[in-house]
Amino acid sequence: MTTPVWVPRKRRGAEFFLTVLAVFIGIAAYASVGLGVEGTIPADTYKLGGALVVVAIATHLVVRRVAPYADPVLLPLVIALNGLGLAMIYRIDLGYEQVNPDWKALANSQLMWTGFGIVAFAIVLLLVRDHRRLQALTYTFGFAAILLLVLPLLPGIGRNIRGARIWIGLGPFSFQPGEAAKICLAIFFAGYLVVKRDALALAGRRFAGIDLPRGRDLGPILAGWLISVGILIFQRDLGSSLLFFGLFVVLLYIATERPGWLVVGGLLFVAGAYMGYLAFAHVQVRVDAWLDPFSDPDKNFQVINGLFGLAHGGILGQGLGQGSPNLTPFGFSDFIAASMGEELGLTGLMAILLIYGLIVERGLRIALTCRDAFGKLLAAGLALSIAIQVFVVVGGVTRLIPLTGLTTPFLAQGGSSVVMNWAIIGLLLRISDQTRRPAPEISTFQSDEETQVVKLS
Amino acid sequence: MNKPIRNLAIASLVMFMALLLNINYVQFVEADSLNAKNGNKRVINEEFSRDRGAILVDGKPVAESVKSKDEYKFQRKYPEGGLYAPLTGYFSYIYGRGGLENSQNRVLSGSDDRLFVNRVVDLVSNKQPKGGSVEMTIDPLAQKTAADGLEALGKGTKGAVAAINPKTGAILAMVNQPTYDPNRLASHDFAEVQKSYEELTADEDQPMINRSTQQTLPPGSTFKLVTAAAALENGVVDDLDDQVKAGARLSFGGGITYTLPNENGGNCGGDKITFERALNVSCNTAFGGLALKIGQDDLAAQAAKFGFGTDPLTGLAMNPSRFTSGETPLEQPQLAQSGIGQFEVAATPLQMAMVAGGIANDGNVMKPYIVDTVRAPNLRVLDKTQPERLSEAVSSGTARKLQDMMVSTVTQGTATSAQIPGIEVGAKTGTAQSTADRPPYAWFVSYAKDGDDEVAVAVLVESSDTARDEIAGGRLAGPIAKSVMEAVLGK
Repeated sequence: MTTPVWVPRKRRGAEFFLTVLAVFIGIAAYASVGLGVEGTIPADTYKLGGALVVVAIATHLVVRRVAPYADPVLLPLVIALNGLGLAMIYRIDLGYEQVNPDWKALANSQLMWTGFGIVAFAIVLLLVRDHRRLQALTYTFGFAAILLLVLPLLPGIGRNIRGARIWIGLGPFSFQPGEAAKICLAIFFAGYLVVKRDALALAGRRFAGIDLPRGRDLGPILAGWLISVGILIFQRDLGSSLLFFGLFVVLLYIATERPGWLVVGGLLFVAGAYMGYLAFAHVQVRVDAWLDPFSDPDKNFQVINGLFGLAHGGILGQGLGQGSPNLTPFGFSDFIAASMGEELGLTGLMAILLIYGLIVERGLRIALTCRDAFGKLLAAGLALSIAIQVFVVVGGVTRLIPLTGLTTPFLAQGGSSVVMNWAIIGLLLRISDQTRRPAPEISTFQSDEETQVVKLS
Repeated sequence: MNKPIRNLAIASLVMFMALLLNINYVQFVEADSLNAKNGNKRVINEEFSRDRGAILVDGKPVAESVKSKDEYKFQRKYPEGGLYAPLTGYFSYIYGRGGLENSQNRVLSGSDDRLFVNRVVDLVSNKQPKGGSVEMTIDPLAQKTAADGLEALGKGTKGAVAAINPKTGAILAMVNQPTYDPNRLASHDFAEVQKSYEELTADEDQPMINRSTQQTLPPGSTFKLVTAAAALENGVVDDLDDQVKAGARLSFGGGITYTLPNENGGNCGGDKITFERALNVSCNTAFGGLALKIGQDDLAAQAAKFGFGTDPLTGLAMNPSRFTSGETPLEQPQLAQSGIGQFEVAATPLQMAMVAGGIANDGNVMKPYIVDTVRAPNLRVLDKTQPERLSEAVSSGTARKLQDMMVSTVTQGTATSAQIPGIEVGAKTGTAQSTADRPPYAWFVSYAKDGDDEVAVAVLVESSDTARDEIAGGRLAGPIAKSVMEAVLGK
């Protein structure tokens, strides 16, 4: 019997082809916005498009050089999303400029932040030559995460924008440290759980066919839960609170293989959500807006307008530049999914969701094939954090679940989010490169070993 | 650790499936109802910026979109101002639509399914989509005449006129006073629109309701036509010459002290008069007594056959008229009062025109309609309303007897003001009391036949500048009905 031989393939050619396709999508969207709004292709399309091609190919070359065995699909997917997001932000800029000449354009800064994001992506690939090194810094990242989360609460640099205290201001820039904390926490959780998984996996009582954890092991999950609740209370950031807790629970489940943790986590989530609902007016507003937005059209203006936009888009959409996404407040950030649905239609929005689905799928595939426990946990954590984030924000905008403020990865306007999501892709590609790389030759004494084999027939 | 990862991959798949299904629901299944929601600016903007079809009367637009230089590209105009307002309704950016602008919106805005091919052609040829047009059944001369008639009673007059073609049910005139100018609501100066709207809705005279179809008031003596029909149909009387009990007061016996008087305290010309004479002089005691003999059930059934309790009109808001407000049996005095169109009886002018029309059309009540033809932008006819019979209210024999009684009411009764030389005119007046502190309502219900041309009219004058003791259906409302009938018949 012959065992199939794993032939490591780099597939960089496929990545190059897909990257060109992805860049083309972005440039076409940009030109289409110009045609839709002003009737002409923007004069700088060739310049901007050329620059994008150069940057994309440079990024591809970096991957080719320092992570030659990395997953070939992730990078093009992310470039396509980022390009579509830029086009939509530019389109909404144009919409606002028509009614308000003083509107401060967002697309330029988003383009700049995309540049920073790609730099961050390259730096991660260059600096982190082996993701297992990060495991040694488990607690450093843990402390960094807590520090980043606390930063916005400090007087002086913390800023309260639209009721959530999740921003810090440094000179002209404002930054959401929570986005960086997300990566730090993923690394910390992965490193911590790799070490503690055996203890946490010990079963306690068995209930309804599920092994519940021992009471004494509940400490870490309670701590994670408390941190999440703390974020909710002090920063009024429902979305991040949900994301961090969800991330922790799923990683706990992966590490211990005990569904009991999901049960405990689910119960804690329900308790926390119910307490939040009772304690915070803004949570109640969100829930009411979800159940029946039309009961108070003024209060639920944003949600209702998001739905109106989606409905107006219909199956094929109004076409880029030809809808009215400007009518929805924050149609360039929190509600960019609704803006996409309006102008690109059900078809376009489904395509975007499928791109996200593919990103998650590639990330989980990396986790499955990864050979070390830390890499597995980290890759799964990063992939699932994107899944949770997309589910929470798109589900909120489309009224599947109550609305919570989270950024739509790569699409939404917001510098911190773009930079950190590019860094996440960098980490995933690094783990992937490690995973798909051919195993190093271990032994040179093959003949010695063969002499040990006893053949019976 | 791979098993949990696989499980979570399935969980992710479920989450994405949920998102995909949900957007399919929102953008496909729920889209139409979301687009139709009030205050949906996207749809309003889109419709506001469209070359909306015209509403026509005799080929001339009474609501049309003309090019404007602002961001909405088109301005809705109502060349006749308030004359057709109760029919066309309004088309406002802030306050949505009313009347035919609302009920015919899909055709006017061009989003009707029957205009699908036009839309595709417009899309391919990169033209702005255009709306179809709606032709009303209105006779412009009758409409104008009716409005002038009400206006001649004074600016403070509240009233309504409804005229139909008895043979088809087509509405020939429908006029309100006071009315409003829909141009004020269609303006692109939204602050001004808001001011106008608030002013109009705050007005106690309610200029924005369509009195002809929405205002139900006691029809008074005009309802005696229904009572007379029920009396003939149920064999309570057989012929116009049958003697009926009249007299100055109708008493009920059984210890009831209330007695039903006649309008001006008269005795209708004796204790016994003919059935025909009773209608000619509008004798309350005679018809109160007939109502008691007919009984509540049969009288209510007769009213229902004329259309009471239904809303047969499509395209415009209509409140059903009623015989009683509840299910409880009427006391004898109440039944007698109901027989002369008082107590809880309430009817719209259109309903009373349908009563006259049903009698004129040999007992057949036709379904009233306002939209005659619906056309695509290329003038292709999409729909033409076919006349439809609503019910057979009375037999043709009964109808002919009722016609004779209405004609003699014009020649020798209370409705002489409606005489048109050389033409068969039948009519019935009414003066209905509501409460003591407000003037009575003057009603006039009539029909006229000139060869094949027929018209039925109901005129209601709720209040006017006329002194109270001069209010009578014949004097106030009769001349208006007469001029409208003349206008329709071309006299």
